[in-house]
Amino acid sequence: MTDRIDPQTFAHLVELAALELDESQAEYLRRELNAQLSAIHELEAIPLGDDLPITSHGVPYTPQISQPPRADVWQPYPDPQEIIAQAPQSEEGYVVVPDIPHTTLE
Amino acid sequence: MELCDLPAYELSLLLRRKQVSALEITQSCLQRIEKVDGRPGQLDDGKADPQDEEKVHAFITLTKKRALAQANAIDRKLAAGEDPGPLAGIPFTVKDIFCVRGTPSTAGSRILANFVAPYTATPVERMEAAGAVLLGKVNLDEFTYGSSNESTAFQPAPRNPWNPACVPGGSSGGSAASVAAGEAPLSLGTDTAGSIRQPAAFCGVVGVKPTYGRVSRYGLIAFGSSLDCPGPLARNVVDAALMLQTIAGLDPRDSTTANLPVPDYLAALEEGVRGLRIGLSPDYFQITFPDPQTGEYRQQELPAEIEARVRYAAEVLASLGAEIIEDVPMPNTRYGIPAYFVISRVEAASNLHRYDGVKYGYRTPQPVSDLREMYRKTRNEGFGLQPKLRILMGMYVSAAQYSAQYYRRALRVRTLIRRDFDQAFDPQGKYRLHALLTPTTPTTAFEMGAVYGDSVLMQYADQLTVPANHAGVPGVSLPFGLDENRLPIGVQLLGPDFSEAVLLRIARALEQATESEPWRKLKPQVLRNLAG
Repeated sequence: MTDRIDPQTFAHLVELAALELDESQAEYLRRELNAQLSAIHELEAIPLGDDLPITSHGVPYTPQISQPPRADVWQPYPDPQEIIAQAPQSEEGYVVVPDIPHTTLE
Repeated sequence: MELCDLPAYELSLLLRRKQVSALEITQSCLQRIEKVDGRPGQLDDGKADPQDEEKVHAFITLTKKRALAQANAIDRKLAAGEDPGPLAGIPFTVKDIFCVRGTPSTAGSRILANFVAPYTATPVERMEAAGAVLLGKVNLDEFTYGSSNESTAFQPAPRNPWNPACVPGGSSGGSAASVAAGEAPLSLGTDTAGSIRQPAAFCGVVGVKPTYGRVSRYGLIAFGSSLDCPGPLARNVVDAALMLQTIAGLDPRDSTTANLPVPDYLAALEEGVRGLRIGLSPDYFQITFPDPQTGEYRQQELPAEIEARVRYAAEVLASLGAEIIEDVPMPNTRYGIPAYFVISRVEAASNLHRYDGVKYGYRTPQPVSDLREMYRKTRNEGFGLQPKLRILMGMYVSAAQYSAQYYRRALRVRTLIRRDFDQAFDPQGKYRLHALLTPTTPTTAFEMGAVYGDSVLMQYADQLTVPANHAGVPGVSLPFGLDENRLPIGVQLLGPDFSEAVLLRIARALEQATESEPWRKLKPQVLRNLAG
C-alpha cells in the first residue's frame, strides 16, 4: 500500500485538527488513514458523468414535505447558572479560558 | 416467564387490565439488570475481572430512582382513572448519545464523561410523554464510531447475550444487548451506517432505521448529520411499530424532520403481504472488501447459512402471496463504504470541533501557556483513537486541494446509490418493488478483539446496511434464524422513502409465519445460564 499521507502531511492534519499525539498514536493513526484512503480510492474507478449532481441528503426535500422556517423568537433558558456550571472554569457568570494568543493579520 | 421477558404490547394490556402494576414491571427489569448486567461501563475501569466475561454490561448509567418514581406516577394515574399514555409503564433504555435532562450524556467518550445534559432529546421526550419508563443510558461505540461497541471509553464494553465472548455489534450495542437480555423491552438507538440494524441482527432483536427526517434528531449528539437516524430496537415487530409510532413525526426543533403525517403503523401491521412485490438483489449476496494483508480487493459470497435464511424468507413471503422479483440490480452497493469513509468523516470532523474544553465537558488539568495549547491537550486526552481517526480523515478529504477528488466525488457517488433505490422502487419502472429483501450483515456476531483496531475491516461490517443511509430510505432488520454456533441471523427489508408501514407489515408477516419454528424458542446464553 502506498503512503499517500506522509509524516509531514500528517503533522499538518494534526495541527488543523487541534490535536497533539504521542508517537504510538501517531503511528497507528497514520497507518489506518492510509489504509482507509486505499479503500476510498475505489471511488476513482467509477465513471461519473459531468452532469451527475451531488446528493447531500438522500431524501429529496420537496416544498411539500419541508418545514416552514421557524419564527425567530428568543427562548431564554430558565436557569443560565445551570449552563454556566457545566463550564470547566467560570467566574461571576463568565466562562474563563487561558490566554488567547494574539496574531497580527497580514 | 418473567414480566421483563414479555413484549411491550403484552405488558401494556396487562397493565390496563390492572393485572400488573407499572412498578412491578419496572422492578422485574431492574432485577434482570441486577442478575445479568454486571458492573456498568466506567472510565478507568481498573483490573479486568474474569466475571466480567459472563455479563452483558449494557449500561453506563442506571436511572433507578427516576424509573421507580416514573412507574409510581403511572400507577397513580391508572388508579385515578386517567389515561397514562400509549406506552404507559413500559421500560426502555436510551443509547447514551441522546441528551436526557439531568443525566450524564457521555457519547461513550471521556470528553463528555462529566457532561450532564440541560435538555432532553425529542424522541426521549416523546417516549416519556407516552408514559414509558426510562431505565437508564446504555453503552455505545465512542461517539457511535464503530460496529462492535469495543471503542467505548466506558469499559467493560457490552457483550453479546447470545455468547458473551462475542460483540453485540455497534454502535447501538448496549441498546441491542439490553433488549436481547430482557433488561428492557424497548431501546432507542441511532443508525448512521447500520448502527441499529447491525447490532439488532447480531443480538437477535428487531431494529428499525426510519427514513431520514421521520424521527427528530434534536438532542442527539451528532455524528454524520446527513446520515444519522434515531430509531427503535425491540424484541418483536409489533413493539418496534408501537415505539416508532411514538417517536416519529414533525419537530419544529429539527428542521430536517419531514412535514408529513405519521401513518398508523399498528393498524396496517396485520394486513399481510398479498400483492406486494419484494425483490432480491445479487449485489446483496456478496461483499467486496480489502484483504487485511495485501490490501487487494476481494469479492466474496456471503456465508451459505446467511444467504439460505434470506432465500427462505423469500419463500415464506411467496407462500403468503407476495411476488418475489429476482435479480434486481443494485450495482452501486459496493461503493457504499468507500463513499461513507469520505462523507461521514467530513461531517464527523465538523461536528467534533465543538469539543474544546471551554463551555462543557472535559478540560485538561495540565498547565497550559495559551488557549490553543489547552484545545490540543484537552482533545488529545479527551478523545479516543476512533474519533481522532475520523477527525483527521475528515480534515484531509475536505481540504481545498483534495475536496473535488474526494468529498465532491463521494457526494456524486451517493447520487448513484440513491438511483439504484429509485429505479428499484419506481412505481412505473421495470421492478416496481415495494421492498428489497437482503441479509442485514455479511457475518453473524464476531468474537471480541477479532476485528477491533483494523478500522477498514470494521467498517466493512456495515456494507449491506450503509446504502440505505446514503439514500435516506428506511430499513428494518428482524431475527430470522440462528447459525451453526447458535448466533442470530438477521434479514433486512429496505423500502422507498416513508414506507415504514409496509416494511413493518412484511416483517410482521415473516414473524407470524415462523412463530412456531424451534429456533424462536431458544433463549440467549446469558438467560439460559440463569435458568440453569
